[in-house]
Amino acid sequence: MKDWRYWLTEQRGTLLALGIFIVMFVIYTSNHPAGFTANVVQTAANKGVLLAFVAMAQTLVVITSGIDLSVGMIFLLTNCLASWLVVGTPTQTALGVLAVLAVGLLCGAINGAIVIYGRLQPIVATIATGAVYYGIGLLLRPFPGGSVNEDLADALTGRVFGVVPASLVVLLAIVLVIWVPFSRSVLGRAAYAAGSSETAAYMSGVPIRRGKFAAYTLAGLLASIGGLFLTFFTYTGEAAYASGNSYTLFSIAAVVLGGVSLFGGKGSAIGAIFGALAFRTIGDLLFVFDFDPLWQPLFQGVILLVAVSLGAFALFRVRNRLEWFL
Amino acid sequence: MNSAVPLFRMEGISKRYGGVRALEKAELSVEAGSIHAILGENGAGKSTLIKVMSGVVAPDEGRMTLDGREVTFASPAAANQAGIVCIFQELSLIPELSVADNIVISDPPKRFGMIDRRAQRRIAEDALARAGAGDIHPLALVKDLPLSRRQMVEIAKALARKPRILILDEATSALTAADVSKIFGVLKRLRSEGLALLYISHRMNEIAELADQCSVFRNGRNVASYKAGSKSDNEVVELMIGREYSHIFPPKTADMPSGAAPRLEARKLSWADRLDNISLTVRAGEVVGLGGLDGQGQRELLLAFFGVLRGLSGEVLIDGKPVVISSPAAARKDGIGMALIPEDRKTEGLMLPMTVRENLSFAALDRLAKGGIIDRAAEQRLIDDMVGLLAIKTAGLDVPVGALSGGNQQKVVIAKWLMRQPRIILLNDPTRGIDVGTKQEIYQLMRKLADAGAAILFYSTDYDELIGCCDRVLVLYDGAVKRELVGAEITERALIASALNIHGEESPVGLGADT
Repeated sequence: MKDWRYWLTEQRGTLLALGIFIVMFVIYTSNHPAGFTANVVQTAANKGVLLAFVAMAQTLVVITSGIDLSVGMIFLLTNCLASWLVVGTPTQTALGVLAVLAVGLLCGAINGAIVIYGRLQPIVATIATGAVYYGIGLLLRPFPGGSVNEDLADALTGRVFGVVPASLVVLLAIVLVIWVPFSRSVLGRAAYAAGSSETAAYMSGVPIRRGKFAAYTLAGLLASIGGLFLTFFTYTGEAAYASGNSYTLFSIAAVVLGGVSLFGGKGSAIGAIFGALAFRTIGDLLFVFDFDPLWQPLFQGVILLVAVSLGAFALFRVRNRLEWFL
Repeated sequence: MNSAVPLFRMEGISKRYGGVRALEKAELSVEAGSIHAILGENGAGKSTLIKVMSGVVAPDEGRMTLDGREVTFASPAAANQAGIVCIFQELSLIPELSVADNIVISDPPKRFGMIDRRAQRRIAEDALARAGAGDIHPLALVKDLPLSRRQMVEIAKALARKPRILILDEATSALTAADVSKIFGVLKRLRSEGLALLYISHRMNEIAELADQCSVFRNGRNVASYKAGSKSDNEVVELMIGREYSHIFPPKTADMPSGAAPRLEARKLSWADRLDNISLTVRAGEVVGLGGLDGQGQRELLLAFFGVLRGLSGEVLIDGKPVVISSPAAARKDGIGMALIPEDRKTEGLMLPMTVRENLSFAALDRLAKGGIIDRAAEQRLIDDMVGLLAIKTAGLDVPVGALSGGNQQKVVIAKWLMRQPRIILLNDPTRGIDVGTKQEIYQLMRKLADAGAAILFYSTDYDELIGCCDRVLVLYDGAVKRELVGAEITERALIASALNIHGEESPVGLGADT
């Protein structure tokens, strides 16, 4: 009877992120000189999906109560790789895309193997692998350059039926093809279970290792989709260290804004997508209000701090003070 | 005994943890269509027994047969597959997932490779109904349910796995009376459906109502198996007694100081559903024990005194004056002077990677510092005193405390607090997992501290210790003090009987059997 209420509780984080995004986006477009037009939406979407893909990647790992500090670097590496491979005839381009995705998958699988079978802490393991991935990217593109199949790039960054941004359509497709099956599969549930209570999951005979491995591997794949899109927008590859780092950090911010718990076991990639879009809009808001761009990091930081603090209220209800430290 | 092949049999099962033998050539036969109760005091080997049965730990030796065929279980999942399902004392539910998710967790129904949510919902509703918990919504998150409801989900989860042997380890300890009677109905129905049920409980009345067969464990062995109802409560207690007295205890102080206000007093202390109207006094120079089965509120009581629990009702008095202790930092202040030797030294007592020196001086830093700077010379003197007093064996003061043996680690925890010369010392099962030699030293030390004027409240799961060390013992059951034993009344028989809350003929307070 009250099924919808349980659904509502479960989706609270996602809906909150959606709400924040909508409010910000409405403020943004209503103050934009051009208003709510297809062009404005397309530009915003194209900027937003990059972070959205990386945030989805981060979500998968965070659900297992891990963290992936290499997502930004996989994003860069695959961007550099795509600027070599995604060129030429349609067949060559298609093979190039597959190769780039395969590399992303491999990067994620390496992270997973090190964390799960090497039993290293995710934070340390992924800092190290992230540096390696960046290093490879730098060797591939010591200087910005390269090119991409522009027909494909324009198609995927343009508009469908003249109004809908193509990048959003791709994002939706990826959600349907990767996130939805994962979250409803046994492996996905194992990832959640491992993040929520690994001992209980083990005692219940849940395939913890395979679940976590799938999460890390798919994270690599999603980051590489982001890398492909970066290439489509810029037509070039560039191993920009600062940009990789900020994507990693922003992905964590987006995940938190999207209601995904950093303690694991809770949240959805869809929430993280709205978190990413909302986070991007913060920057754009400053632009339409003519703020000095110098204010942007400070402003983003404050918003993030407020969002994170909302999650800490539960601590006030704890009756055994030792539970503060669990 | 039955001549047919039993459903499940364990023969000569042994398991050691380090030097401690948890199971020693244990035997057990389980018949289909019956409820088999397992009895035994703390540490008798019951938990290890079911961990072996359910694939959580591998036995060192011995064999298990199912339907007459030998089996080994590499993991809980393997045991589940064979039809042995255990409901553990520590819940195995995943808090962030829904009730339905949890019920099907080990083998979710699938369609096109994805979890079939509709089928999952059906299975969950079915299992909840079978467990008599149809009121729990399958979409509710487990973490939002109260403990008693979670326990019902746990039972539903076990039933959904279609077990042949169902093990319930203290499965009713968190349940309300209404739930218990529902569960009993469910268990009886399962028995008539041909399941074998293994029922571990400390509640004698539950066992009397349910069990067909009983086995008593002591020192890791199955000392008796008998038909339920063929032995009186007294005979059962007799069977459970009988551990060797291997420890040497210091003599108790002959006469207790009286008259002055007690050093520590509690009046009607209650907290959540774990502490129920507890009143007690501890005088200077006295060692008061907390007895009873594990998990009856002893730990919470100590934490309550030490300022860890919020929302406490009742009163705490120090030297006859009411005080409010709001944190461990407040508890150790001069006017109160309390110290707590925690149960888990690895997480609550020590910073394992830090050095012995640093760990020792943590609690006393404020006394050793002048203007915020630590007086290294004073620190060294105090540390030398303590290392000497407790005979801590360490390669040096600058080795990580994690490198010390368990016994010496525990000495460091104790020494750390002694550096403050506490007036009230709370000990939470301080000798668990340490060697006999160190245990003896701790007993001596406790008596020495009491004689020097400290008030000591001492929780132990080891009855020998309570008998050997304490001037008085308060036995807790369900968060309330059920019985107070003084002097010669502290016998193993009295401790076990009151821990099980048996109202036998020898229970009345103040009637020492041997005096």
